[in-house]
Amino acid sequence: MAKMTLDQLRKLREEKKGDMARRETEGKTIQIIVGMGTCGIAAGAKAAFDAIVKTVDESGLTSQVVIRQTGCMGLCHVEPTVEVVMPGMPATIYGRVDADVAAEIVKKHIVGKTLVDKHIYDRPAVDIVKK
Amino acid sequence: MAYKHFILVCGGTGCESSKADDIYKELISQAEAQGVKDDVQVVKTGCFGFCEKGPIVKVLPAESFYVEVKPSDAKEIIAEQIVKGREVTRLLYKDDKQKDRIKVEDIQFYQKQFRIVLRNCGIINPENIDEYIARDGYAALEKVLSSMKPNDVIAELKKSGLRGRGGAGFPTWRKWEFSRGPQADQKYVVCNADEGDPGAYMDRSTVEGDPHSVIEAMAICGYTIGASKGFVYIRAEYPLAIERLKIAIAQAKDYGLLGDNILGTGFSFDLEIRLGAGAFVCGEETALLKSIEGSRGMPIPRPPFPAIKGLWGKPTVINNVETWANIPVIITKGGDWFAKIGTETSKGTKVFALTGKVNNSGLVEVPMGTTLREIIYDIGGGIRGGKKFKGAQTGGPSGGIITEEFLDLPIDYESLTGLGSMMGSGGLIVMDEDDCVVDVSKFYMEFCVDESCGKCAPCRIGTNQMHSILERITKGTGTMEDLDKLEKIGHAMKRAALCGLGQTAPNPTLSTIRRFRDEYLEHIVDKKCRAGKCKDLVVFSIDKDKCIGCGLCARKCPVNCITGDKTQKYTINAEACIKCGECFKVCKFGAVLKN
Repeated sequence: MAKMTLDQLRKLREEKKGDMARRETEGKTIQIIVGMGTCGIAAGAKAAFDAIVKTVDESGLTSQVVIRQTGCMGLCHVEPTVEVVMPGMPATIYGRVDADVAAEIVKKHIVGKTLVDKHIYDRPAVDIVKK
Repeated sequence: MAYKHFILVCGGTGCESSKADDIYKELISQAEAQGVKDDVQVVKTGCFGFCEKGPIVKVLPAESFYVEVKPSDAKEIIAEQIVKGREVTRLLYKDDKQKDRIKVEDIQFYQKQFRIVLRNCGIINPENIDEYIARDGYAALEKVLSSMKPNDVIAELKKSGLRGRGGAGFPTWRKWEFSRGPQADQKYVVCNADEGDPGAYMDRSTVEGDPHSVIEAMAICGYTIGASKGFVYIRAEYPLAIERLKIAIAQAKDYGLLGDNILGTGFSFDLEIRLGAGAFVCGEETALLKSIEGSRGMPIPRPPFPAIKGLWGKPTVINNVETWANIPVIITKGGDWFAKIGTETSKGTKVFALTGKVNNSGLVEVPMGTTLREIIYDIGGGIRGGKKFKGAQTGGPSGGIITEEFLDLPIDYESLTGLGSMMGSGGLIVMDEDDCVVDVSKFYMEFCVDESCGKCAPCRIGTNQMHSILERITKGTGTMEDLDKLEKIGHAMKRAALCGLGQTAPNPTLSTIRRFRDEYLEHIVDKKCRAGKCKDLVVFSIDKDKCIGCGLCARKCPVNCITGDKTQKYTINAEACIKCGECFKVCKFGAVLKN
């Protein structure tokens, strides 16, 4: 790398920030959780996950969103499943999420604060999840 | 494609020595073998601080905190967590109270910590400058070079209230101001990384985990005082820290953050590493500078202070690693922000190397004003094996012992000095009822005898005399007069010794005499050591009523001085006994007596 100027340093910092921001969890208020049990992966959860990472990056939300994976959420009939938890919106589980739907969830649910109607499968009963 | 998971492996010296490097390599090869190498980035970071449970592996963003990981666990971590999205529960950290999985932020060890100096340790890869830059690295240098005058930098430091973390607590801004004033054809900036206290390793961990923070701060200082040359004086026993520092300096030069015309602003600053040969006295600033010059590392009288007349007679700012690491944050977040943390006279945080008889030994950074009780009991998890707390040594061989009644005193420079101890560089050694204060004082004095450079008589002769008196007391041949002599010599050394080493060498002894006079008297008058550490004062015997005749002690005795049988019970031949204490340790019935 050639020697940098002040502007180049600033630019490099902005470029690299995304990667580091994804590593951090502190202060992030929005969670996207992808169900990646065997059923989820078989149904294409990996493609959904990739699409979410990509869309979150493109929307400049990396510093606010944690993208995690979890095991099977129990909704194996509508895999891949994705749960979104964020302030000001009801915690929602989406089903049948392919790459396109995943991108739509990021754009509509998180950025636009509207639910993505056709894919809502609610939350499983809370008491079951907790116990 | 961006990574979805990050596995952070601790690359501090502590974890490296328990095969962290193998874990790191194994994780990478497993990720490749299991076809997920594009999904997961394996990063070797600096010290997480939780050395007790090392090697530590942290998985993000799942926030799984794995402890005592072995290289053979790598396969399972990749297979379960990265491929299938399930945590490896058996490796998760659990504490005694909560049996369940604990989130990182709920781990007691991290609860009361506040990380400024260690901000990047355990988060970034110290061998990758980009990761430092991404975490606002070199933003302070950028700010200083583009928008601040030297005066502004000093004003910011003054507002922050930052004081030297090497031990004495001299206001950092004043040092810089002193060096900035005089006109000189050459000035120098020096980093003191000659960490020598037994049990202290915060500077090593900072350089290992975040070397760029020191480099950036030194460049800022160079700009402020008008110096174009800097030296990092680091002990040769820190190979990993040296290696990472070398890499960091090379990367910074490559990026134009060191060298000529930094960031195109016309400011030039270059940095070199100087290796110390491991003499404790070279942590003293004048001795350190002599050593850089190529002379024998011996202190010279101050004034003139190095800030006016230092390296090769030129104005030189010398600060310790931890002080340097604070500076970029002060510049980016502002002196006012920094001054909100801490106590009236001591601002910011302090890193302690918490060791000794605590459950969680490790590296902790707490705001000034935190109490010792919080550090030892909340962060440190209390005394090992439920034993009774006896005292905590701060400041290593220059400091003193702090006893139970002062556990709730907020710690800062003044409060520790008031107790006859000192902040020191941050070693914090916890002792329990099994430690003998006379023995501990003897240990520290022996250290000072070895490390005294011999230049001035008070230190050269004083340490030797005090050591031989302490030796006598531990052997049971000390007299009451000896006790007075210890205090007399100690006070004389404090006044007459040339440098900090000699002036503070009597501290451990004087402070233990002050706090535990009764134990010294027991050694001298009753010829007893209640902790059982001073072997000449301990006699082992067997209580025949409790002995069941199992013979375990006799089998363990390395000199075969225990005889007996099932009916006769066992006895120890006191003359042949070498007082190793094995019999005491192995007896399950409390039949072996020690007094």
